Amino acid sequence: MSPRANDAQRTADAVARHSYGKLVAFLAAQTRDVAAAEDALSEAFAAALATWPQSGCPSNPEAWLMTVARRRLIDGARHRRSGETVAAQLQILAGEPEAVAAPEIPDHRLALMFACTHPAIEEGIRAPLMLQVVLGLDAKSIASAFLTSPAAMSKRLVRAKEKIRQAGISFNIPEREELPSRLDAVLDAIYAAFAEGWSDPGGTDVARRDLTEEVIYLARLMTELLPQSPEVLGLLALMLHADARRSARRDASCEYVPFTEQDIARWDASMIAEAETLLRRACAMGSIGRYQLEGALQSAHVDRRRTGRANWAEVVQLYDALIALADSPVMVVNRALAIAELHGAIAALQSMQALTADTRLAEYQPYWAARAELLAKTGAYDEARDAYGMAIGLERDPAVRNFLLQRQSALPN
Amino acid sequence: MQYLLMTYVNEGGWTQLTPAEQEQGVASYRAYVEALVKANAFVGTNRLQRTSAATTVRAVNGKTQVLDGPYADSKEQLAGYFLIDVPDLDAALAWAARCPATSHGVVEVRPIWDMTA
Repeated sequence: MSPRANDAQRTADAVARHSYGKLVAFLAAQTRDVAAAEDALSEAFAAALATWPQSGCPSNPEAWLMTVARRRLIDGARHRRSGETVAAQLQILAGEPEAVAAPEIPDHRLALMFACTHPAIEEGIRAPLMLQVVLGLDAKSIASAFLTSPAAMSKRLVRAKEKIRQAGISFNIPEREELPSRLDAVLDAIYAAFAEGWSDPGGTDVARRDLTEEVIYLARLMTELLPQSPEVLGLLALMLHADARRSARRDASCEYVPFTEQDIARWDASMIAEAETLLRRACAMGSIGRYQLEGALQSAHVDRRRTGRANWAEVVQLYDALIALADSPVMVVNRALAIAELHGAIAALQSMQALTADTRLAEYQPYWAARAELLAKTGAYDEARDAYGMAIGLERDPAVRNFLLQRQSALPN
Repeated sequence: MQYLLMTYVNEGGWTQLTPAEQEQGVASYRAYVEALVKANAFVGTNRLQRTSAATTVRAVNGKTQVLDGPYADSKEQLAGYFLIDVPDLDAALAWAARCPATSHGVVEVRPIWDMTA
């Protein structure tokens, strides 16, 4: 590749990362046709890579791409549709201000995120849809992250975009009374994407590791777009806390290291500091929520390791507050581990008693891992061995599997 | 719906493991089968002997031909299978991801052709 072509590629990549969602949001804001906007934009990127190496990169690459994409969009609308629809579409497109004239393209990304997580869109596809439309990730990498087939993921994404267009889902920031619940849907989708990124804690799979970074970028963007929303700050804090410990989860020989044995020096101190600042800012706004509580839990765990001061009562209280907000088996399992520190393993197992009837838990790995630990502490070694067996059989990460196998074989007979 | 999870691994890999690692490997597979059984997803499984024990049969112009060795000569070879019964492809992929073979080979997921339909 010539230096100029290299330069063109680099500029296009940079614009793709930072402006993709902005350009899609702007192009689709009026027509609500996300798929057409994406097609037009990908043609514009192709045109950029064909012409920039010869002509040099434009001074405002974003505006250049916008102009080309808009032209493609108008051509596309002419070709694809007929009769009244096309007239209406063209009128809408023609009515938009000329992108090149405006020094700054208006940022409709927040509206786009609200559209992607609209109640009319099936919940399971909201996070993938947002990753594709706002960040420009392809269906193949999204499919891997969400452990589904690329063909099925593509189809579901196409269907969701059709829904936005056909059902008339508007590209608006919801009104005041609707905002909290709609914002929850956006945050839940971001967190779901982050949790999927997590399923590769070793960071061995590049596509997954990148996903975690992309999702943090998305949450950061949200804090810029909605700086006065404490839950948005809480979510970013929670994710930064979790990500700060990523490299400490493996030792030099790539073995899994549990939280209690992690080398604190390997935590990313600046990420933790940023998370703490965010939590303080959120707290000052005086409206508590799920993500602030989860962020506070991370903060409490980190503080305990750093100071050596046990704070289990505080941790259990935070879990209680979370369970009061939304009763989730995941939280009950985590709380049980904290209860064990405070009141012993028997009390902890009793706190999970209600869960045993939940059939979904048969495939929920953390439940079995927690149960195994607690049973081992009570001396019920045979039951602990069985529970470890389930945790091992359900685990996807080989390093964690080996860690659990070692725990299992260390049980007395 | 039934799916066949076929494991393809490098056959030479096993003998290069230490006895402790081999023990861990066996325990991982045992736990995996247990979890499949407890989740009511298990139908059957088998581990195959090495491809050095394989024989391939075909008919060329009406004449049967028997050859030593596996059908495909590739680095990773079919080493075994798990037949599972789960609601859909996503559930099958979740089980494939948990299969210990994914750490030292690949798992191909194929839906079973339903002959009763």
